[in-house]
Amino acid sequence: MSTPEQRRRHWRGNRRLTALLLLLWFGVSFGASWFARNLNFDFFGWPFGFWVASQGALLVYLAIVGVYARAMNRLDHAQGLDEGE
Amino acid sequence: MTAQRAFRRRLHRIYGAYTVGFVAFVLLLAWLERIGLPRSWIGLIFLLATVALYAVIGLLSRTTNPDEYYVAGRRVPAFYNGMAIGADWMSAASFIGLAGTLYLSGYGGLAFILGWTGGFCLVALLLAPYLRKFGQYTIPDFLGERFEGRLPRVVGALAAVLCSFIYLVAQIYGVGLITARLTGLAFEIGIFVGLGGVLVCSFLGGMRAVTWTQVAQYIVLVIAYLVPVVWLSAQQTGDPVPLLSYGEQLKKVSQAEQRLLDDPREAQVIAVFEARAAALDAKLRDVPAALAADRAAAAGRLAALQAADAPLARLQAAAQALNRLPRDTDDARRAWTAARDTDLERARPLAGMPRHAQEFAGDPNGDAAARAAFDDSRRNFLALTFCLMVGTAALPHILTRYYTTPSVKQARESVTWNLLFIVVLYLTAPALAVLVKYEVFNVLVGTPFDHLPAWIGNWSHVDPGLLSVSDVNHDGILQLGEIRIGGDIIVLATPEIAGLPYVVSAMVAAGGLAAALSTADGLLLTITNALSHDLYFRMIDPSAPATRRVTISKALLLMVALAAAYLAAQKPADILFLVAAAFSLAAAALFPALVLGVFWKRANRWGATLGMVAGLGVTLFYMIGTQPWLRGVFGIESPVALWWGIQPISAGMFGVPVGFAVIVVVSLLTPAPSARTQALVESLRYPAVDTK
Repeated sequence: MSTPEQRRRHWRGNRRLTALLLLLWFGVSFGASWFARNLNFDFFGWPFGFWVASQGALLVYLAIVGVYARAMNRLDHAQGLDEGE
Repeated sequence: MTAQRAFRRRLHRIYGAYTVGFVAFVLLLAWLERIGLPRSWIGLIFLLATVALYAVIGLLSRTTNPDEYYVAGRRVPAFYNGMAIGADWMSAASFIGLAGTLYLSGYGGLAFILGWTGGFCLVALLLAPYLRKFGQYTIPDFLGERFEGRLPRVVGALAAVLCSFIYLVAQIYGVGLITARLTGLAFEIGIFVGLGGVLVCSFLGGMRAVTWTQVAQYIVLVIAYLVPVVWLSAQQTGDPVPLLSYGEQLKKVSQAEQRLLDDPREAQVIAVFEARAAALDAKLRDVPAALAADRAAAAGRLAALQAADAPLARLQAAAQALNRLPRDTDDARRAWTAARDTDLERARPLAGMPRHAQEFAGDPNGDAAARAAFDDSRRNFLALTFCLMVGTAALPHILTRYYTTPSVKQARESVTWNLLFIVVLYLTAPALAVLVKYEVFNVLVGTPFDHLPAWIGNWSHVDPGLLSVSDVNHDGILQLGEIRIGGDIIVLATPEIAGLPYVVSAMVAAGGLAAALSTADGLLLTITNALSHDLYFRMIDPSAPATRRVTISKALLLMVALAAAYLAAQKPADILFLVAAAFSLAAAALFPALVLGVFWKRANRWGATLGMVAGLGVTLFYMIGTQPWLRGVFGIESPVALWWGIQPISAGMFGVPVGFAVIVVVSLLTPAPSARTQALVESLRYPAVDTK
């Protein structure tokens, strides 16, 4: 069973992680697209801006979702909030 | 725990055997094709076999238990939930339309790729785990419970029904289109045949049946999408995995674009179209006179032929030409304006397509017009990406899925799996677009007309709207400007472009059908659940026993499906707009209320209700005022006034911020939610606390 202190820490950790990953999501989605024209240097044969929108961003999204699931499982465990599946 | 593991093992066995069986089935048909089975038979067998398969799964999963009917018993493992969401998510628009959109609009089309994948970050971070912790049946359930009352639930249910229904019409339209192609039946009959396929799954077994069919459908659609692309890639680049090598093809496409822009023969074609447009313009300046002149000329020709005692066939042709002329001046003005616009469209360089690798239109360092075009194009790209992302995170048929996992942990993991399964397809679509473009620019263009590959003839025969070629400048050689191509052809024709046997074409069509059917299933279920569970059970008759609720749900399902099929048969506005409209509406109506409901305890009943209404209202208002088809429906005559140049397809761009703002302001002006509700919000945040 978890204590209020553990829950407080869990929620704080969760919010921080969420904010950080949302920032990354925003940068990849909108930041990179905004500057796409400036970023069209050659990247392994692709113009970089095109590569980001067709492949790079998708891989980052996958990483964001994967990292979140993994880190939250660990946080649950650390703060005694495991569901004990 | 061990029960779950055993269940998972059983699923692995069943779907493993199923995949092997599907591949064997395709190989068997390929063999039958070689020994001479006609094509129409192969198409029909594919259609019937796959639909029958989905029906069998539906039958085996039939249920009247509400937990099974609404949330598949909450025991769908993350991996399989991911697959089911993948199929639920990938609609006819993704499967058939996306590669075509990318082919036609180059970088601009990548907004769909970004939007339809990036949205799952919002789902994972802001909604999925919390909704699973809440653990009821529908999205309006959450709104009703969290915002204390019937009003938010009703508004939420109506918004869910509205956006899902619009999306459903688009899916059923797609089902009709593919069924018609696969079997040669009429479009309207195709719709109802496909509808049968949808109904057998969702009608009998609700979410349980839909989930297990969707897993099966995902397997079909992913195999169907990847096989032709891998083959084409291996043929063109020698590398079966196009993801690493198509940069090279993209470079060659860019070089070909430059070559075509400088090609004098392309310029000839453009000049012909410009001349045609100018001639029509001249006629449009004085329609009555031009129409009279046309009539006199046609009548004169007929009279001359009659006087010369010409053969009957030529006389008939001349009489028909006279008959085909516009009936009155209004008719003539409409017909000529449309023809002129088409000619002007085709008179653009590269057949109107932007350079494939060029980010945004215009030029940031050019003159004022080029700078404005660049800014406008970039703003619309970002706005569309935003609307699609937020819409993804608000479409009820996707969000409901996260109720079906056994735990919060698995809800989080299922987002990872579903994004992985979706990304497989979305990484491939841009590659496919480039590979086909390479084929068209470097192989097809410049071919003499009497040596065109067979697939051109086949497809222009099936539907000239998809593909047609004509020797505009009469040099006997095909120019890019002489090809008219519809986006949907790209995926459908890839197997033939790659020189694969017909059975693969049939498999691709079956994959498209699986994509459309699975999405339609999920949507239909969401709509009827909103109506039966949220409106009937929660509002009208809270004492209704569980089995009666499920029965009512099934009856409603039938009615909604028929209504959607009826609308789809009318062939409404274009499909891409319908789909994007559903995303914008869902984004504006539901996303702010859902997110603030989880993250802001102070958000209350009035804030959420008015926020949903305001978001939805602003989005609808903007769409109706600016979208040509909707303007026609509502009879709006005033000039189109775009806000900051944003296209109607991204109307949610305005609805979402308005929704957030209204919820915050109204909530702060009205009393805070009760302590009980605040405790509910608190409990959503911790996986293991107060589990229901």
